[in-house]
Amino acid sequence: MSKILLKIDGKEIEAEEGMTLLEAARDGGIEIPALCHHEKLEPYGACRICTVEAEKNGRSKLVVSCVYPVEKGLNVTTRSEKIDRVRKTILELLLSHAPDSEKLLELAAEYGANKDRFEKEPSFCIHCGLCVRYCAEIKGKFAVGFINRGSRREINFIPELAATECWNCKECFPLCPTSALQAAYVFTEAQFSENPAFEANSGKKN
Amino acid sequence: MDINRIDQIIDRHNCEASSLIQVLLEIQSENHWLPKQVLERISERLEVPLSRIQHIATFYKAFSLVPKGRNEIHICMGTACHVRGAQNILSAVEDLTGIKPGETDLDLKFSLETVNCLGCCALGPVMDVNGQIHGNLSPADTEEAIKKYE
Repeated sequence: MSKILLKIDGKEIEAEEGMTLLEAARDGGIEIPALCHHEKLEPYGACRICTVEAEKNGRSKLVVSCVYPVEKGLNVTTRSEKIDRVRKTILELLLSHAPDSEKLLELAAEYGANKDRFEKEPSFCIHCGLCVRYCAEIKGKFAVGFINRGSRREINFIPELAATECWNCKECFPLCPTSALQAAYVFTEAQFSENPAFEANSGKKN
Repeated sequence: MDINRIDQIIDRHNCEASSLIQVLLEIQSENHWLPKQVLERISERLEVPLSRIQHIATFYKAFSLVPKGRNEIHICMGTACHVRGAQNILSAVEDLTGIKPGETDLDLKFSLETVNCLGCCALGPVMDVNGQIHGNLSPADTEEAIKKYE
């Protein structure tokens, strides 16, 4: 593996080819906030909180550090007025979904985000995909997945799988930056135990 | 839907996971909807997790996870059709079939859906039934057209 030299916040960092900016920065002891990142999982780039400014050949652009690969001679800024403004707005948007998430409120305090800026639509899920990806990539169970799309997208447990696999695992629970996952699981469990045939009914014409 | 028929469709695609959407589309067009048992069978045969099939089946509007009628009515609500009285056509169809947009009647004869444009604005107001276009409609024409479908 060849080494790549780049600058992050004025500090010379040596990174390996194929690493992302976020990994390189964290290796060098520079903290970048991230919600959808997990070191064991593939980069996903869902939350956009880890946005940084990358400058090359005199041009700078905003990039998402958890999916952006390191480049030779890149000059990265992880904190500036512009970046703070971007992160503040992202947080305000996420907070309209999950107004009581501790992780979000912590970040909101740091970046001065107003949690009441946008109208609330508390679905609690911020679509970071941590539970979905953890279940698929690490556990290989695929018990939880996304359904629908756009503004109607949400996480959904497969009731039959959840009934057999999830009870003894629940490893995705602490990953969730909000409480959406637990809520979805409890809901699935309640529906399933109350009426085990509720899903089967939809297919009785078969 | 018969399980053998589903296997037949899957076999025609050589059990390849990459043919998932094609398989779903074929079953959708034959059966008008995708029952859970069918999804489970596909998951088993193509070795694709059920959660991924659900993700795809709920992503595209072409798929339905609830029963649909034999005849699918789409009424255009686009601007051109709207100014030429699409609302009256919709009311007429609602009265005839007894269902509202997004619904299916009990004997699975009709499903009703509104769409935003069918791309033939000169024919407005337009109604599409099973892919067949009915243009320049009046509420009376609509009634005649709907009666032809069994």
